[in-house]
Amino acid sequence: MSASARTASQLLALCEGFSPQGPEPTFLSALRAAGREAFAAGGLPSRRQEAWRHTSLKPLEGLSFHLPSGEATVDRGELELLSSPVFACSLFVFVDGHHRHDLSTPHAFAGDLRVESLRDVRASGAEALPSELGTLTDLKAHPFAALNTALLDDGALVSIPAATQVEHVIHLVFVSTGAAAPLSTPRVWIEAGPGSHAVVLQDHVVVGGEGPRLTSAVTEVTLGEGAHLELVLLQRESDATLHVSNLEVRQARDSRMGSHTLTLGGRLVRNDLRTLLVGEGAETRLHGLFLGSGEGVVDNHTLVDHAVPHCSSQELYKGILAGRSRGIFRGRVLVRPDAQQTDARQSNPNLLLDYGAEIDTQPQLEIHADDVKCSHGSAIGRLDEDALFYLRSRGIDMAMAQRLLTRGFAAEVLRALPGEVLGEALGSVLSEVLDAAETGG
Amino acid sequence: MASEGPILEIRNLQARAGEAPILHGIDLTIGSGEVHAIMGPNGSGKSTLAGVLSGRPAYEVTGGGVHYKGHDLLSLPAEQRAREGIFMAFQYPVEIPGVPNNYFLKASLNAIRSYRGQEELDAIDFLSLVKEKMKIVEMPQDLMGRAINEGFSGGEKKRNEVLQMLLLEPSLAILDETDSGLDIDALRVVATGVNHLRGPERSMLVITHYQRLLDYIVPDFVHVLSEGRIVRSGGKELALELEEKGYGWLEKDPPEAEAGASG
Repeated sequence: MSASARTASQLLALCEGFSPQGPEPTFLSALRAAGREAFAAGGLPSRRQEAWRHTSLKPLEGLSFHLPSGEATVDRGELELLSSPVFACSLFVFVDGHHRHDLSTPHAFAGDLRVESLRDVRASGAEALPSELGTLTDLKAHPFAALNTALLDDGALVSIPAATQVEHVIHLVFVSTGAAAPLSTPRVWIEAGPGSHAVVLQDHVVVGGEGPRLTSAVTEVTLGEGAHLELVLLQRESDATLHVSNLEVRQARDSRMGSHTLTLGGRLVRNDLRTLLVGEGAETRLHGLFLGSGEGVVDNHTLVDHAVPHCSSQELYKGILAGRSRGIFRGRVLVRPDAQQTDARQSNPNLLLDYGAEIDTQPQLEIHADDVKCSHGSAIGRLDEDALFYLRSRGIDMAMAQRLLTRGFAAEVLRALPGEVLGEALGSVLSEVLDAAETGG
Repeated sequence: MASEGPILEIRNLQARAGEAPILHGIDLTIGSGEVHAIMGPNGSGKSTLAGVLSGRPAYEVTGGGVHYKGHDLLSLPAEQRAREGIFMAFQYPVEIPGVPNNYFLKASLNAIRSYRGQEELDAIDFLSLVKEKMKIVEMPQDLMGRAINEGFSGGEKKRNEVLQMLLLEPSLAILDETDSGLDIDALRVVATGVNHLRGPERSMLVITHYQRLLDYIVPDFVHVLSEGRIVRSGGKELALELEEKGYGWLEKDPPEAEAGASG
């Protein structure tokens, strides 16, 4: 048995040995079984598969994962300190994939907005659960989504009622703790009602835990007619973290979605994002900023699926790679035959800070309609020598000059974040990470 | 004027850019409080001299030396030269997207203040200082919040250079063709900013292709640079002579060097 197959069979054994606590509707156990079957059939992806051609799962090999109880002690003060730059009144906290009432402050969620834990809700029966849970994700195409589904236990259910403007950021914090290869599989369901507006921040952190860990997250999102949703995914776990995320979005007529994926570290990060534009006039903006350092690998695969006419998509992913890190960007834009008058733009500029760093970038347009406006481009560069000299000639030392320029490169993505507060807060989080990242060579 | 030794002493300076030798032995001494102008045709080595003095990595010094305040200048990295009081106003100020101008100016000022043992300025003190200096160069407020030089007009870029100079209060200011691309109004404003800084403790090296800048920033000495050497030195009237005769005579009529006109 290969090392990869051994890891897969260990993970499958975890799935098979898993039993949820308390009563639950049968559709959940059926969903779980479907996940288990898909994972058993497909196993872990290999580089022979096109979608994983550039990304090796070697860092996963040899690890023996376990499912933590979610009862680990997490110091509230430490958590607040960590989340304070982006803290926005309402924290909904998960520890190792499990919701924690004691660390959350859901009282700040006003009105009819519902932010609940899957575990709390499932005991109330099938009616209390979103009927479409699990239906947006293709388990066969995404082995880690299958793993997440096979271990479906807890997560966040966010339901924004029609025509509701949610003032505060809905801040979901996912804390990973402990040592010895913990596995957490958070699940998020977001339903933005027609004409609603909200910002949801998913914030992944590590508190008091060292060593390798795996997070396999699945988020499913539906936007009703005219809904406007801004989704922020902040991945700022430890450099030993493996994080695989699947984000599946479906957008109805005239809805607007902004996605902001900020990857600030990790040993191996793979994000699959798909947005399906099924209603005319829908608009999607995908922003990404990924930072690699050390031996880290960050892989972003996005797919914008234009299924109907008069939709627009704009995509900007920026990579900053230091040390011997590697970045992968594959952005697919699919314009189906019916999707006339599509306006799709995509761009992926990358900055290599060190000579050992690498990027594979592959924009991919597939256009089956004839009356469309589409463009894409990618670029790879280093810090501008003239700009560095300009800053240094004003007394700013080399390290600071490099940080200023790197921060400047990232600024466009930060500016796109919803609300000035979040942009500034994440800007300072980014600066801290850049200050800590060792570059040279 | 100068109570002690010269602020800058350039001896037989030779430098190249890539494989091409550009400076072939420059000698120049600048005393405290003096304003020297260097004039010369395109390709004579004016910008190379400014680049070498300010520490631009693109140039390699192949011979000779430079002493600044009695110390070897060429061994210092660019940021160290700036902290020691050398300021170069760029001929082509660099546009830096994503880095706000005010953030940059504050970082620069505080790097230099802290090197000089002065307290760093907080946001409020910085703002009031920068506002005061902006008035001198008639610079619109909104340029502060924008990215460094991004989308600035030619005149705005040069005002931004002089603003930085006013903030950093250098001991030796090098103006590299600061007049290029400026209309007469912008030129007047920029010159006003520069003259604001003139004083017995501050020296200037004004590099220009045209005489007209020197109507506004009147030099104590004028040097003519040709093919990497100073071929003539004199007082401010030399600039007028050049304006009249152009640079053509440099090729036909080998100069009678008046070395050591400075200091």
